[in-house]
Amino acid sequence: MSAGAITSQEYIKHHLVNLSVGEGFWTFHIDTLAWSVFLGIVFLSIFRSVAKKANTGVPGKLQCAVEMIVEFVDDSVKSTFHGKNPLIAPLALTIFVWVLLMNAMDWVPVDLLPRIFELFGVHYMKAVPTTDPNMTFALALGVFILIIYYSIKVKGLGGFIKELTTQPFGHWSLYPVNFILEMVTLLARPLSLALRLFGNLYAGELIFLLIATIGLFQLPVHFLWAAFHLLVIPLQAFIFMMLTILYLSLAHEDH
Amino acid sequence: MNLNATLIGELIAFVVFVMFCMKYVWPPIIGAIEERQKTIADGLAASDRAAKDLELAQEKATAQLKEAKAQAAAIIEAAKKHEAKIVEEAADKAQAEKEKILAAGHAEIETERNRAKEELRQQVAALAIVGAEKILERSIDAAAHSDILDKLVAEL
Repeated sequence: MSAGAITSQEYIKHHLVNLSVGEGFWTFHIDTLAWSVFLGIVFLSIFRSVAKKANTGVPGKLQCAVEMIVEFVDDSVKSTFHGKNPLIAPLALTIFVWVLLMNAMDWVPVDLLPRIFELFGVHYMKAVPTTDPNMTFALALGVFILIIYYSIKVKGLGGFIKELTTQPFGHWSLYPVNFILEMVTLLARPLSLALRLFGNLYAGELIFLLIATIGLFQLPVHFLWAAFHLLVIPLQAFIFMMLTILYLSLAHEDH
Repeated sequence: MNLNATLIGELIAFVVFVMFCMKYVWPPIIGAIEERQKTIADGLAASDRAAKDLELAQEKATAQLKEAKAQAAAIIEAAKKHEAKIVEEAADKAQAEKEKILAAGHAEIETERNRAKEELRQQVAALAIVGAEKILERSIDAAAHSDILDKLVAEL
């Protein structure tokens, strides 16, 4: 609960401001960058430590857990992506675990990290990187670049342009219409990826903040909302991963 | 929504993480998993084979046991037959022996009786001579009358 001096509106607004440096476009959200990189390093160091000791004998508990995730991702990739591309599976794994960890920051009580950082004179702290559109759009943009890259690589530039113009309508006079439709489809993919993840997590965070303003009753409600996020957090990470695999699989398909 | 340079920073972080994952994380882990899967598959196949082998061995053992039992039964049967034959032979032999002994006994008794008869005859002859001597009150020349005596003896 916020101090009496500020209203709940101010409290929520305060919590939705990133810790940032810079002006205009050249603004960096320090909290988003730091937390996402920190969680990425957590993910990679755990998995790397297992990879280094990976043996084919009886696996340890950590190795089992890591292998479970790896196999889960591998199965998802194999069921959707039928080509041969050594990038897809590691990409899917990175997206899944990284997004999962970043989403999981949602479970940290909304006031805990801001309060701790306030002790060190840091006044803004938005700890869930996926509630920052910069984060989700960066991921989606990365995927989008790969879609374009592989579309051109597999189909050739001509083939890619052909795909964008010659369907769904076969007549040449309708090619501009086709192009507009296809461009919408193409651009909708990264946009929907980014906005879906951002929207879900941002809304979740907002509800957490709203709950935090209702006094003592927040405790059971908070618990319920956090329990609900047991579904939302892995689901959003999984959806992001699956759609990435699907879009790249479509990019590899030659008509 | 304010998009800004953070996006670029995150994009770089994303690329770096994916590349690191692709180079140092994914291959060793998936390699270990696939190799272990192969090991397990091999082990399962081996255990299947072993189970089949065991079944075969059991079948073989059962068959051998059956054969051995049959053989044992045959041997016992043969032994019984042999035994019966031996007993029969022994009985036959004993019977023959008994008859032989009986025949010998009979023969002996016969000779003994003949001998006794002969002796008796001679004694009777001697007695007859003594009696005749007594009757005649004189000595009879045994040698002179031996032909009569012999006749007498033969008549007895």
